[in-house]
Amino acid sequence: MIEVLRAGALTTVQDQGRPGWAHLGVPRSGALDPAALRLANRLVGNDEHAAGLEITMTGCALRFTRAAAVALAGAPADVVVEWRAGAAQRRPGDVGRPLALPAGAVLRVGPARAGVRTWLAVSGGIAVEPVLGSRATDTLSGLGPPPLRDGDRLPLGTPAGPPAPVDLAVTLPLPVELRLTVRPGPRQDWFTPDALDLLCRGAYTVSPDSNRVGARLAGAALTRTVAGELPSEGLVLGAVQVPPDGRPLVFLADHPTTGGYPVIGVVDDVTPLAQARPGTTVTFHGPQR
Amino acid sequence: MLIRPVGAHALLLDCDHAEQVQAWRAELWHRREAGELTATEIVPGAVTVLLDGVPDPEAAAARIAGWRPRAATSGATTAEVRVPVVYDGEDLPHVADHWHVDVPAVVDRLRRTEFRVAFCGFAPGFAYLTGLPPELAVPRLATPRTRVPAGSVALAGPYAGIYPAASPGGWLLVGRTDLPLFDVHADPPARLTPGTRVRLADAS
Repeated sequence: MIEVLRAGALTTVQDQGRPGWAHLGVPRSGALDPAALRLANRLVGNDEHAAGLEITMTGCALRFTRAAAVALAGAPADVVVEWRAGAAQRRPGDVGRPLALPAGAVLRVGPARAGVRTWLAVSGGIAVEPVLGSRATDTLSGLGPPPLRDGDRLPLGTPAGPPAPVDLAVTLPLPVELRLTVRPGPRQDWFTPDALDLLCRGAYTVSPDSNRVGARLAGAALTRTVAGELPSEGLVLGAVQVPPDGRPLVFLADHPTTGGYPVIGVVDDVTPLAQARPGTTVTFHGPQR
Repeated sequence: MLIRPVGAHALLLDCDHAEQVQAWRAELWHRREAGELTATEIVPGAVTVLLDGVPDPEAAAARIAGWRPRAATSGATTAEVRVPVVYDGEDLPHVADHWHVDVPAVVDRLRRTEFRVAFCGFAPGFAYLTGLPPELAVPRLATPRTRVPAGSVALAGPYAGIYPAASPGGWLLVGRTDLPLFDVHADPPARLTPGTRVRLADAS
């Protein structure tokens, strides 16, 4: 069992999401950087699909009622483990380093030193009731467990195997500026011929109103040539949708399954956006360059 | 029908009309069941079908271009879902104005219409129902309501829809139903799946 001492700004249960239900209006959801959560899971000996926590910006504090192996991946943050063995004990941890916690230990994850999100895996995984095959919190539809609150208690599963014999998983420093590969379409013909050029030439910045649904971008507005509403059509992860104000929005894991604004292009890999703080510069380029 | 690439792992079948969407959705579903198509998602839209999670979209597009969808009969073989509706929505007079009829005539029209689920979206289990003629399309509210109760039966554009859960919404409210529309423990979780025939029957 985990007791939530401090939930932080937004800490959610996440796993690899619930693909396969989009035709019923169910978003994919799941960790914004699925590979980072898979890494954390491997470090503690879990199946890659086990559920962990996605911690946003301000960290969190958790008490473990049983001994557990834990590992963090993603944004760097100060990590401290506190427990009692006669006297109070305190040991620093690190993102990327598996930690063995004795029963009763408290894990304190500090604010992200860079980036936005850190993923925590616990041996046995977070064992809340799955919903449509996933334990992920979907902030758009409300499926899955609600975001953590102080005082919540989360069940843990049975550890599948021993933690990985790894001292430290090397993580690359987060980029200061994001370069995203975008492929045109499916609705680039709804825009002026220079709109894609404008998207790729201009520099955009991540807006503060970005969230798990999408990264909103400030910068050159893209102009449509086709007026009116696009008949609703299916959306993919990374779709660059352009609402009437012309400011592009890149869809992330909790994106709606269908949308009525044209998609000018699709970003190949959105995971860098999971770590993009408001104000981060984003540039786009075509797949060839 | 035109096949458009969508990113690195998806295709959009841009259909000529809504009936073709039903036919292609059923065809692609069948092909996937038969192991002739690999796709994580088959998502119908108003005039499109999205295939997402396609390992080699270019090869898949070439194969799909050679397929001919069978007539959309799969929906006709399934039973009609009867949704009991209490027609007391606060926007009924608004709809009546748009249709140039009185409120009882609106209710009568909705009761008698054979609807079909064209596609789902907006929220889990929210079905876009077609069956009304295009001339009866109604605009959304200029300012959406901050909260529409679960079970609200509503109209927007050429569609009817039912809110499976409370949410903000800009559709015109014509009634409400107690029928549960989304249950994560049911199989399938949505009561109204694409292709399903639907009757918005009088609850009384």
